[in-house]
Amino acid sequence: MNSSSTQYLNSKRMDVYDTMHPFSMWGDFKGNLYQDAAATMILEVDAKLDNQSEDTSHTTNIPFNQYDQEATKPVNKVLRRLAQNREAARKSRLRKKAYVQQLEASRLKLHHLEQELEQTRAQCALMSGGVNASHLRFPKPAKSGIAAFEIEYEQWVEEQDKKTNALKAALHSSLSDEEIDKLITDNMNHYAILFNIKAAAAKADVFYLISGVWKTSTERLFLWIGGFRPSDLLKVLVPQLQYNLLDQQSHDLYNLTQACQQAEDSLSQGMEKLQQTLSEAVACSQALGGGRYEMHNAMEKLEELVRLVIQADFVRHETLQQTLRYLTTRQSAQGLISLGEYFQRLRDLSSAWATRPCEPTA
Amino acid sequence: MEKIQALTSENGVVIFTKSTCCLCYAVTVLFQELRVNPVAYEIDQDPEGWEIEKALLKQGCSSPPVPAVFIGGKLVGSTNEVMSLHLSGSLIPLLKPYQSLS
Repeated sequence: MNSSSTQYLNSKRMDVYDTMHPFSMWGDFKGNLYQDAAATMILEVDAKLDNQSEDTSHTTNIPFNQYDQEATKPVNKVLRRLAQNREAARKSRLRKKAYVQQLEASRLKLHHLEQELEQTRAQCALMSGGVNASHLRFPKPAKSGIAAFEIEYEQWVEEQDKKTNALKAALHSSLSDEEIDKLITDNMNHYAILFNIKAAAAKADVFYLISGVWKTSTERLFLWIGGFRPSDLLKVLVPQLQYNLLDQQSHDLYNLTQACQQAEDSLSQGMEKLQQTLSEAVACSQALGGGRYEMHNAMEKLEELVRLVIQADFVRHETLQQTLRYLTTRQSAQGLISLGEYFQRLRDLSSAWATRPCEPTA
Repeated sequence: MEKIQALTSENGVVIFTKSTCCLCYAVTVLFQELRVNPVAYEIDQDPEGWEIEKALLKQGCSSPPVPAVFIGGKLVGSTNEVMSLHLSGSLIPLLKPYQSLS
């Protein structure tokens, strides 16, 4: 029959139909669609009536309403239930489809993120070796030396903050001078460790150390030959103590400040000299009787840089030790606390600056 | 070694250097700042410089043995010793006899 075959076809495109027709469709278990249950009944009843009318003529007098009330009640229930099941199944299929689409999208995103991460890692590996073309061509085993330094330095900073805080607590408590002395010695030993790990890093990759990438940004502002200026050390310490110093102490610290500045200036000039000789070696001017450019000459100059950086660290360490020589126990403790807090604050300042809310571009 | 002996006894402040050594330059600059005019002897410019280098190493200088600082004929040491002495205030007293008046 035409109507039932077209309705069967319609049932296959049910999903499309559903989006277009807000009212739910009745359907029987055979998959045939009927717009209206009553209309269905009319068709079937008509068929039955037709059949019956063929058999007996006297049965055409059966009232339609009575037939409808009795025979269609249980059928109605069944049809309703089947329709509801069908509806639930349809909704379930739609939910599943949506979920699968979400999964697919997440999978794609994950793939992109993994790619991005790989790229960033590769970039960091290049950057930590310095912007140095030869690093790309001759990967150095020294990289592990720098990797070790980065870990050790991070641990050193954490430990240093703890020791500074311990010293601060001790100074404000009722500990004896001997006990405070022990903490001071501990603190100084810790500084010695810093200069040891820096020396190893200088030998592994002096350019890494001298670039200051291992320091926070504000600390890097004050960078001088791979670290802080020895004179800065005194500039931080002495003003904190100046009202509590005896004349002799003031005199001694003044002399130390002078000597420190002179030592620092001589190393600065050493650095200038190194840059000049390196530049001359690379430029290799015939006019100066330089002859042909020999890379190994330039390389020799770079060896000098390692010595210079280690020398600068020596002066830093020596300045710190000499300063404490002139101070009492409590003054020494206060000095080390001031120094520790100074660098702590510089580091915090770097973080704060990096995470400050950006102004919207006009 | 005779050469070292001769130089260091004839001159109050002698620094054995190499022309390529930037720390030698730094020490020389420091002494000049302290109003001392050291004799800077470049051993790499001397054809027999390697002998001086050997002798310096024998005297206890670590490699490289430059700068090697002699004050009043006595070996003081290298850059570390000079810096250490200066920061502890002990260098100027050593240099006093050789400081210029200006």
